[in-house]
Amino acid sequence: MARKTPEINSSSQADIAFLLLCFFLMTTSMDVDYGITRRLPPPVEQNDEDVKVKERNVMNVMVNKSDRLLVNGRPSDISMLKDLAKEFMTPRPNDETAPEVEPKTFGEGIGEILTSKGVISLQNDRGTSYAMYISVQNELARAFNEMKEELAQKTWHKSVSQLNEDQTKALNEAVPVRVSEAEPVDYKK
Amino acid sequence: MARFRKEGKKEVPQVSTSSLPDIVYMLIFFFMITTTMRDVELKVKASPLPKASEIQKLEHKALVSSIYIGAPRDSKLGTESRIQLDDAFATPADIADWIQKERDSRNPADIPLLTTALKVHKDTRMGVVTDVKQELRKVGAFRINYTTLKGSVLEN
Repeated sequence: MARKTPEINSSSQADIAFLLLCFFLMTTSMDVDYGITRRLPPPVEQNDEDVKVKERNVMNVMVNKSDRLLVNGRPSDISMLKDLAKEFMTPRPNDETAPEVEPKTFGEGIGEILTSKGVISLQNDRGTSYAMYISVQNELARAFNEMKEELAQKTWHKSVSQLNEDQTKALNEAVPVRVSEAEPVDYKK
Repeated sequence: MARFRKEGKKEVPQVSTSSLPDIVYMLIFFFMITTTMRDVELKVKASPLPKASEIQKLEHKALVSSIYIGAPRDSKLGTESRIQLDDAFATPADIADWIQKERDSRNPADIPLLTTALKVHKDTRMGVVTDVKQELRKVGAFRINYTTLKGSVLEN
C-alpha cells in the first residue's frame, strides 16, 4: 500500500470564512442611491427687476402648510397634477387662454415644431411636508417625461431610453423642463 | 454470494462539509461587492425617505456629499428636524464651510460635478429644507439630488 501524504485539515476554513461573512454582513448597508436630480438656480441679486411674464404663460402651483394643492387658484389633487401640467404645456395655437406658442427648429430629425412659452411656477410654504414637495416635483417631472416620450415616439419611433446621445440632447432642447421655483415666502406672516 | 459482501463495519457516511467553505465564500463575495462602508454615524432619522417614480441613479458616489435632515435619534434632543453634516448636528450657517471643506478634499477638476444629496425624512417641514437650499445656492453648489425611494407618489 502506497503511503498517503496527510491532507491539510481544512475544517477551520469554514470558520474563517464565517468570520469574514459576519464582518461584511454587519458593515453592509444597501444604500439607496436613487433620487430626483435638480439644478438650483443661481442666487438672485437684490436689485433685480421683476421679469414680466404674461399671465397666460404661467401655471401657478402652490402647496400650503397642510399639504393642500392649489393650481391656478383652484384646489386640486396630486393625482391630477401631471395631466394638468401636460395639458398646460401642450402647444395649442388657437386657444387664447393657453400659453403662447412659438415655432422652433431642432436638429436630429425633429424639425420645426411648436413650442410652448409656458412656465410652471411652483411655490410652497415653509410648513409643507417634504413628502408632498417631492410628490409635486415628481408629478411635474412625469408630465415632461411623458411629453418627451411622445415626441421621441413620433420622431424616431423609439422610446427615450433607446435614443443615442445626440438625439437625447436634441429632445431635451425641444422639451425643456420649464419649472421655476418661486423664492421662498413665509405665509405665516 | 458472500464473496461480494464488503468487510468492515456498516456506517452511515458523514455528510461531507468540504463544500461549506465554498458556499460561505460565495456569500462573502456577494456582501463584499454590495457593501458600502457607512462613513457617518446617523444622528438624525432620515428614513423613511419619500417615494418618487421619476428618479435617476446617483452616479459617481465619490463626488456625492450627503446632508441628512430629520428628527434627532436621541429623543432627549426633542423632535424638531435637525441637519446633520458629516458626524455632527449643524445649522444652515455651517453649510458654506462644509461645502468648502468637501471641495478642498476633491480634485479641483471635479468641483463642478460635485453633487449634494439631500437625504430628508418625508415628514420634515419644507422650511428647513428651503434654508439648506438657499445656503447651497449662495455657495454655488447647484447640483442637488433629492434622494428618494422607488415607488408611487400616491404612497407618500
